[in-house]
Amino acid sequence: MSACARVGALACALLAGAASATAAGAPSAAAGPDERRSGFDFMSRQTQAMQRDDTLNPGLLWVAAGEELWNLKAGRGDRSCASCHGDAKTSMRGVAARYPAYDTALRRPVDLAQRINRCRQERQQAEPLAAESADLLGLESHVAHQSRGLPIAPDPDARLAPFRERGRQLFGQRLGLLNLSCAQCHDDLAGRRLGSSPIPQAHPTGYPIYRLEWQGLGSLQRRMRNCMTGVRAEPFGYGAPELVELELFLVERARGMPLETPAVRP
Amino acid sequence: MARTLITSPKTARRGEVVEIRTLIAHPMESGFRVDAEGKVRPRDIIRRFSCRYNGELVFRAELFPAVAANPYIAFSTVAQESGSLSFTWEGDNGFAQTETVAIGVT
Repeated sequence: MSACARVGALACALLAGAASATAAGAPSAAAGPDERRSGFDFMSRQTQAMQRDDTLNPGLLWVAAGEELWNLKAGRGDRSCASCHGDAKTSMRGVAARYPAYDTALRRPVDLAQRINRCRQERQQAEPLAAESADLLGLESHVAHQSRGLPIAPDPDARLAPFRERGRQLFGQRLGLLNLSCAQCHDDLAGRRLGSSPIPQAHPTGYPIYRLEWQGLGSLQRRMRNCMTGVRAEPFGYGAPELVELELFLVERARGMPLETPAVRP
Repeated sequence: MARTLITSPKTARRGEVVEIRTLIAHPMESGFRVDAEGKVRPRDIIRRFSCRYNGELVFRAELFPAVAANPYIAFSTVAQESGSLSFTWEGDNGFAQTETVAIGVT
């Protein structure tokens, strides 16, 4: 899609949005406590079928790779994830649903990928896995897959409050040459379209996701950096505190929604 | 070795039509894309897929650059006798992989 088409469609959507903010139908309503929808509900039936059926969902290829890695010894510590955590099916159930979580040693929140890499460095004494590498996404999706169907239950630690607040502010902060905030699309115009693509409500219910556009699995940070490039802003680097704070705010908005990992998105 | 997910019935009745689904991790690089430096990424796709049932060819397919990454191929065959189903994917850069699953026919 050309930049002009994007901006044009957005301008139309902005105009239309102002007129019908109250008259919007079910899926196009702004995100409220009772009107939250997973990105799943905005997809075509074919893409939904791809996510629902484990024999069709390519995300399961990464989950299977992650399971293998879970049991593979690594680093000078000569132990695997399983050496400490045992069977992920029981030990990791519900874990992904509460991340990002507060790390007492670092005194800041860490997301699941950072947690995995902390374990790798400290316990396994191995090199950290590169952001968005197949290995890291595999482990992350394997861990998150164990929480599939469980409600998102953010870490209740009170020390997270200032970080979450910064995430909330960043969500409403205009960025980039297009001077758009996350909220302008994902709160005000959710359910409408940007070009031909429906705008979802930005609930991170299925990460890491298999995105058809990517032809592969990717993390929530990759998705957020994508949006930042889209508004012609310089994206924050992988693992940047700003991105983790945004994640923290997003999971709070999605509290109670079921986790779908590995979700399929268009 | 590429990772595969194969779904086929462990057992079937003789004469029953069984559905077989396969998924393989493969980038299916079309050969039309460029990298960050503007250089064309060489084509790397799976070209052929075949399924043999106790050695007999029961399904084959040709794949082309427009096929998406991680190709999913589903087809059906008629359960004849107990034995094995072997699946072979072949492609560019000498890519060749065979996976075998057992099927019991009663």
